[in-house]
Amino acid sequence: MQSEAEVPVVGPRDTDQAGVELEGVEKSFGAVRALAGVTLRVAAGETVAVVGPSGCGKSTLLELVCGLAEPSAGRVRAGPAALMPQRDALLPWLSALDNAALALRVARISRAAARTAAHQHFAAFGLEGFERARPAALSGGMRQRVAFLRTLLAGRPVLCLDEPFGALDALTRLQMQRWLEGALAREPRTVLLVTHDVEEAVLLADRVVLLSPRPGRIVAVLDVAAPRPRARDDRAVVELRERALAVLGADEAAPRLGGALGAGNGSSRAADRGFEGPGA
Amino acid sequence: MTAALALVALVGGWEALVRLGGVDPLILPAPTEVLDALWEDRSLLAPDLWTTTYEVVLGLAAAVAAGVGLAVAMHVSPALRRALRPLVIGSQAVPVPVIAPLVILVLGFGLAPKVLLVALVCFFPIAINLYDGLRSADPDARRLLRSLQATRWQALRLVEAPSALPAAFTGLKVAAAVAVIGAVFAEWAGAESGLGHALLTANGQLETARAFAATLLLFLLAIALYGACALIERRVVDWTPRTGPGGT
Repeated sequence: MQSEAEVPVVGPRDTDQAGVELEGVEKSFGAVRALAGVTLRVAAGETVAVVGPSGCGKSTLLELVCGLAEPSAGRVRAGPAALMPQRDALLPWLSALDNAALALRVARISRAAARTAAHQHFAAFGLEGFERARPAALSGGMRQRVAFLRTLLAGRPVLCLDEPFGALDALTRLQMQRWLEGALAREPRTVLLVTHDVEEAVLLADRVVLLSPRPGRIVAVLDVAAPRPRARDDRAVVELRERALAVLGADEAAPRLGGALGAGNGSSRAADRGFEGPGA
Repeated sequence: MTAALALVALVGGWEALVRLGGVDPLILPAPTEVLDALWEDRSLLAPDLWTTTYEVVLGLAAAVAAGVGLAVAMHVSPALRRALRPLVIGSQAVPVPVIAPLVILVLGFGLAPKVLLVALVCFFPIAINLYDGLRSADPDARRLLRSLQATRWQALRLVEAPSALPAAFTGLKVAAAVAVIGAVFAEWAGAESGLGHALLTANGQLETARAFAATLLLFLLAIALYGACALIERRVVDWTPRTGPGGT
């Protein structure tokens, strides 16, 4: 375990701004509307999961928060954010250590200092002994841990995780979810976690935001009050998962959200926690 | 292994054809006669081999410099891309045998026109492959760098250039294989030594076996250059999984 004093290596650039605020955010790519009126507030230190069907603009949401794209309408205010892209995006020619230290290298820290800083975390991340291994020689779970360490070492108060465990097998994913929970307990950050896995969202997040199919808008926000660490078979977890699935229309024949949307509104605090209709 | 078998079959068939078919050695010398000529005229051909190797290596180096410069410029600047692309492609429509005498006329009989013509033949595969390679960098890695507020130079150095290396080496290997063509045409247009020059004089003196020996040396030179590039590639690009041993 790392002592709190050693980490983070690079301090957040703007500590008083660690939250995320989206107000009536729209995003279109040509004729395609990706996001339609999303209003969402993430408090500093909070973990919010964004769940929705594929193509609902989840990744676009993270790009807006990370400043990689500008909204077509509405306002995005966010503290400095680090992105962990889907499919780890590790550089195949760099060792695990150099991949983890990438953000430090971009911040113009010398190679030796960046490696030392990254190496301090290797034991806690279960990567000891693999410092010199290329990504191709690492298991899927280890690759994700290297990618997460790289994201963490960017030293930003906000982490945007885009389907971090989407490519892993079920067992590894379960282990990684537990591991991420532990890592975030050690190093609290504001986290926006995009996933299509409702269970993962309920296990890890303080709040779960449910998005509609494209154009994505918030159909419900569920508070997860259950104490941590949570287990998949905790009653509260199971209940919330079922509720979220019902809102997303998993048990509907029609893919559109019609009836489920109404049910979601009734059973959650959608209205006061950022739901806005398509006309807003 | 199969390459050796194919070579043996080809050379054996050739030898048999000449010996048994009674072909005039002035028209087609047997492989053994070519090897004889190579040995007999070694003191004549060695300086020629040296000259051509020198021209080709310098030309290839110039082509790498020009190709890398062009590819990076075209990659970084859309304006330069629009301005240069037609010129780069058009340069390949220039028939080397036609412009070689003109280049000799301007630059004289020395080394410069040879290097220039080799570079003209070689820079295109290098520039185009590198350019494509630079564009093919993983979009996720690019987004990651942008989210870290990396500069254009950092994105190029940390992500785009390394991911372009395999493609760049493909271009370099193609260039190495065709480089001797540029040198031979340049020497034909005017030279005092070199394998192209040797080829020309041997033909004039009806020394067919020696002409074939010079051609054999050109052939070996191209293979050696290709092999050298492949060796460097193996050293530099050591992260891509190889499907199997690349036999020669």
